[in-house]
Amino acid sequence: MGFLSVVANGLSMGAIYGLIALGLTLIFGIMRIINFAQGALLMLSMMVSYWLWAATGINPYILVIIVGPIMFAVGYICERCLIKPVLDEQKDVREPVAVLLLTAALAIVLENAALMVFGADYVMAKTSFSTSTIALGPVTVSAARFYGLIIALLAAGIFYLFLHRTQVGCNIRATGQDRNAAALMGIDVPKTYAIAFGIGTALLSVAAVVLIPFYYVHPSVGAVFMTKAFIVVVLGGLGSIPGAVLGGVIIGLIESIGAQYMAATLTAMLVYLVFLLVLFVKPTGIFGSPYDW
Amino acid sequence: MLRIKELDSGYGDITVLKNISLNVDEGEIVSIVGANGSGKTTLLNTISGILSPKKGEIWVEDQRIDNLPPHKITELGIVQVPEGRRIFPLMTVYENLMIGASLPRAKAKAKQNLEYVFDLLPRLAERQNQIGRTMSGGEQQMLAIGRALMAEPRLLMLDEPSMGLSPLLVSTVFEVIAKIVEQKITVLIVEQNVKKALGLSKRGYVLENGFISMEGSSDQLLNNPHIKKAYLGM
Ligand SMILES: Nc1ncnc2c1ncn2[C@@H]1O[C@H](COP(=O)(O)OP(=O)(O)OP(=O)(O)O)[C@@H](O)[C@H]1O
Ligand SMILES: [Mg+2]
Repeated sequence: MGFLSVVANGLSMGAIYGLIALGLTLIFGIMRIINFAQGALLMLSMMVSYWLWAATGINPYILVIIVGPIMFAVGYICERCLIKPVLDEQKDVREPVAVLLLTAALAIVLENAALMVFGADYVMAKTSFSTSTIALGPVTVSAARFYGLIIALLAAGIFYLFLHRTQVGCNIRATGQDRNAAALMGIDVPKTYAIAFGIGTALLSVAAVVLIPFYYVHPSVGAVFMTKAFIVVVLGGLGSIPGAVLGGVIIGLIESIGAQYMAATLTAMLVYLVFLLVLFVKPTGIFGSPYDW
Repeated sequence: MLRIKELDSGYGDITVLKNISLNVDEGEIVSIVGANGSGKTTLLNTISGILSPKKGEIWVEDQRIDNLPPHKITELGIVQVPEGRRIFPLMTVYENLMIGASLPRAKAKAKQNLEYVFDLLPRLAERQNQIGRTMSGGEQQMLAIGRALMAEPRLLMLDEPSMGLSPLLVSTVFEVIAKIVEQKITVLIVEQNVKKALGLSKRGYVLENGFISMEGSSDQLLNNPHIKKAYLGM
């Protein structure tokens, strides 16, 4: 593979990491909760997408119009039925720890439920573009990864416009910046939390449909992405959207370029090394100002 | 339009407000004055539903509101300008104002209200695209007032609008409030600046250690020896 192709692959993986991190950063930015179930919810999205693809044979990218709303509902209901009661108990706590434990527990439950229902098999949606490549001038890239890059960037762009151009989006940002002031202006804060959680989860469905044509799905696939999304978010600045996308791209590039010159285990180390380095220089992440939308 | 009966409120096990009863009539301008820590903010936040009372009742006309969530209370037209402005720091002036108009009732009239706000507070019109947190303290106070006006208040509650402002700016803010009253908006103002607040209102209450220690017409209160000594330094 030429160097440019390596870069292209890194970009596409990175954009997907960024997309997963967006949900994490949104939920943190609004609710000050780190959602440890983000990876498991991604796994669930991938399982549902795969299953729908296997059942219908419809192009996985199109399936997002079904999986998206399903995952929004899953996120919304999880927030209303699981997180809200705990959050209400800890109303006066700024960064509620019990909720972190709850999301971690949710991750374990989801993983084991998936193991029970789907089994431990590795599956992939083998579509016509799963193995084909696209030539862009001198660069040859995997078609599935290239489409993944485009769709992930498109989704991030739409998400940004949603937050800035729609009333619900503006209400979400206002709640993240000052929840009491938002409530005083007539915003239903608990409902906004549930919507934000739903949207953070729905974003995973986009990552899921772009992943399944070239990435194996199995019950613990979420853990891999969870760790990376977490690094991406801290790297980019917790709560920052541009930070999440940029952080994702950085990690993706380090991984793909690193893999050309060293063993895979060393690449993983390189990721952490860069992560530590950035934190040394700028502890608040690249887009440092907190909760910047 | 607002009636509070024997209200107790506070935080956790701490009761800050004890046995508060007060009322504000339609079209009136009423002040509540008191020293630091006397419970003024606690009172406004309890009316707004940010805090739930431990005892007592709060009524808006014939509707009891003390168990409603904050957004429902705002929907009824009871709108607070919180202490310390609390504007949305990363949003532009225009976005801040539009959040004020996010309720359906206010949204329908957003255009007309925006014109009114820009007319009343021309500075905001000039600075529409400035990011909230980069505004000066006085500008932020104007923005907080403008944002609340966008929510179509019937009762506007202001928590220490003079806080941290120069004497000149304090006068400007009080002039703005006087103009708001002309719009048939009822105003409840909470202040440490006793002279300014009672100078504007017709009636007032004095809050001391969570109790209402005095009430009466503003002139009466301004001439009261205890108030002269304790609050006006005379
Ligand atoms: N979140 C809180 N938790 C516990 N106690 C609080 C809290 N907020 C305020 N208090 C206490 O309640 C009492 C009244 O506070 P409050 O903020 O209502 O006073 P205030 O009259 O608004 O004072 P200021 O003029 O300084 O704004 C104070 O003793 C304060 O310490
Ligand atoms: Mg106060």
